[in-house]
Amino acid sequence: MNRTRLVFRHEFVQTIRKKGFIILTLSLPVLAILGIGIFRIASGVAVPAAAVMRIGYVDNVGGFDQFTSQKGADLVHFDSPEAATQALVQRDIDEYFVIPSDYVATGVIARYTLQKELAPPPATAAAIKEFLSANLLAGKIPPNVISRIEAPLIAITTTLTSTGAVAADQGGFASFIIPALFSVLLCFALMFTSNYVLQGLSEEKENRLMEILLSSVSTRQLVTGKLLGRGAAGLLQVLVWVISLPLLLRLASSTIGGLLSTIQLPPAVLLIGVAYFILGYSMFAVLLLGVAAVTSSTREAQALAPIFTMFAVAPFWFSSLLVLVPNSPVWVVFSIVPFSAPVLVMLRLGLTGVPAWQLALSMAVLAFSTVAGLMLVARLLRTYLLMYGKRPHLREILRSIRTG
Amino acid sequence: MPIVEVRDVAKSFADKVAVAGLSFAVEGHEIFGLIGPNGAGKTTTLRMMMDIIKPDSGEVRILGAVASEATKARLGYLPEESGLYRKLTVIDCITYLASLKGMDPHLIGARADTLLDRMGMLPQKRKRIEALSKGMAQIIQLMVTIIHDPELVVLDEPFSGLDPVNTERVKELLVELRDQGKAVILSTHQMNQVEALCDRILMIDNGRAVLYGDLEEIRAKYRGHSVLVDGEGEMPQIAGVIEKRDHKNDVELVLDSTTTPQEVLKHLVGAGMAIRRFEVATPSLNEIFLRAVGRNHE
Repeated sequence: MNRTRLVFRHEFVQTIRKKGFIILTLSLPVLAILGIGIFRIASGVAVPAAAVMRIGYVDNVGGFDQFTSQKGADLVHFDSPEAATQALVQRDIDEYFVIPSDYVATGVIARYTLQKELAPPPATAAAIKEFLSANLLAGKIPPNVISRIEAPLIAITTTLTSTGAVAADQGGFASFIIPALFSVLLCFALMFTSNYVLQGLSEEKENRLMEILLSSVSTRQLVTGKLLGRGAAGLLQVLVWVISLPLLLRLASSTIGGLLSTIQLPPAVLLIGVAYFILGYSMFAVLLLGVAAVTSSTREAQALAPIFTMFAVAPFWFSSLLVLVPNSPVWVVFSIVPFSAPVLVMLRLGLTGVPAWQLALSMAVLAFSTVAGLMLVARLLRTYLLMYGKRPHLREILRSIRTG
Repeated sequence: MPIVEVRDVAKSFADKVAVAGLSFAVEGHEIFGLIGPNGAGKTTTLRMMMDIIKPDSGEVRILGAVASEATKARLGYLPEESGLYRKLTVIDCITYLASLKGMDPHLIGARADTLLDRMGMLPQKRKRIEALSKGMAQIIQLMVTIIHDPELVVLDEPFSGLDPVNTERVKELLVELRDQGKAVILSTHQMNQVEALCDRILMIDNGRAVLYGDLEEIRAKYRGHSVLVDGEGEMPQIAGVIEKRDHKNDVELVLDSTTTPQEVLKHLVGAGMAIRRFEVATPSLNEIFLRAVGRNHE
């Protein structure tokens, strides 16, 4: 059998047998199933009947006597604050408020409650607001217009293509969630899988296996077999997640419903995600091979690795800015920068979409960086793979890269 | 055709010259000792033979061809600083490393069993490498080196960590490999093992050959004109003995150039001395090493 294939098979089998790999691979589906199960149990056990609140009020303006039945609340009139306080103390009502005589000018009401709270509960605030606005407008505007004033905008957006046809991807949160989830998974996969390569090479170096291996295979065969074997294990991990994702979504939408039932898994996102995993993994793995070559122990190598892998995580630091300003040219630039490209492009895919030319350029730059990185790292591997127990200085490393 | 032919090979690392114009050849049916002080260039030479690193100039030919990927399967190499996959079982580790040497996977199991049995390690077959002692791991490494029946076996400090029983087993194995027609290159600091096993040696220092050739011829070359005597009775005055050196177990008599050992023995017996041992003094390889290398470092 071809020696590269032997190294590949060994690396693949050894990686997927590791406890850490198995736990990480199964953790996503298991945690999701657990979450859905907990939701189902919790929603089955504790479903309190929606109690209708009784909110008292004292009207010092006059005319606030209609629309006393609001969503989730009944409003009860009192003649004086004392009477309302008496009812509150006796728990006949949940709270009360006083509409002062200058309310129309100031908009201020005085609210009284037995509960210590940070702010008025949204349901209570909404019920009072709607009661006040409805009574203010009563008689002046038809009742159906009142309800429109209270909820003037229910926007149903349709995205069209450049030809005017209805676009397949209609955007929105439902189409953002999958690429966003994918970018998180991609980030995990990139970090863990490229770390498997680092770990593999470091362990062999630390265990003094390099010379034995290199007396049987060339550096190229060893490195290629390792990159492919550990990468295939990482890809298997991603595939497990990708395959389990639609099943989990189906399970979640049947259990939780709502927004989840509208989430789609576009095949293009899957393909782009897998492509970015392969390219991103190759680049980070090559970088970490260089780290493994110049360090003398697994621990030392793992301590240095985050310097490189944190670039993969970096797009998440700016995710809120990305949501606020999704069309900034900054994101286009960082979609081309190989370190940030895999995760950032996946995030952008769900927000605004990424033009084909940007995808092509981003992938090309990533592929080119990987090849260039491999050529530089090969020089380090040739020089330092058989150096044990000593870490070269930065100046020596740079000289090795320069002179080969 | 020699199994190994090293022709005027040189290798430098940055400003440091590791090997400077080294030439030697190793034939089949011989155990060849590669000796020298630390930093002499032995490991660099071995790595160039294994095609792990390329020489800057000169040529290494293995079995008639320039050392390359293609020759690797016909070599067995046990490096000085070597290890195994600690988490793998003995048989899994042997199987993987043997398969990298191009061995048929169907033959590995049976051959591994034979070697494990021979070295008394069959009970350890399913144990993890990390559970083995240093000596046991060294035996496994030796097995990995020879399991694919290589024509050239290169061993760098193979006796490291071995107890006397396993040392003898390994020595027997090396002699057996030589008798099968293979070339065995032994690099070690244990001069007694070189003396006991090697047919020819190459001593290098500062990347250059200091001594090269048949071990007995080298020893003869370094042999002084003196005899060692162990016996009872008073040592008489003998004409032609220019110096008498007392050692712990014997006395060394240094002779002048005209006096022969036979004349001295005849004189001693004639003087009534009971001789237990009488031999022409031959320097040990260790002494030769110190003299040859010491001369270079003076």
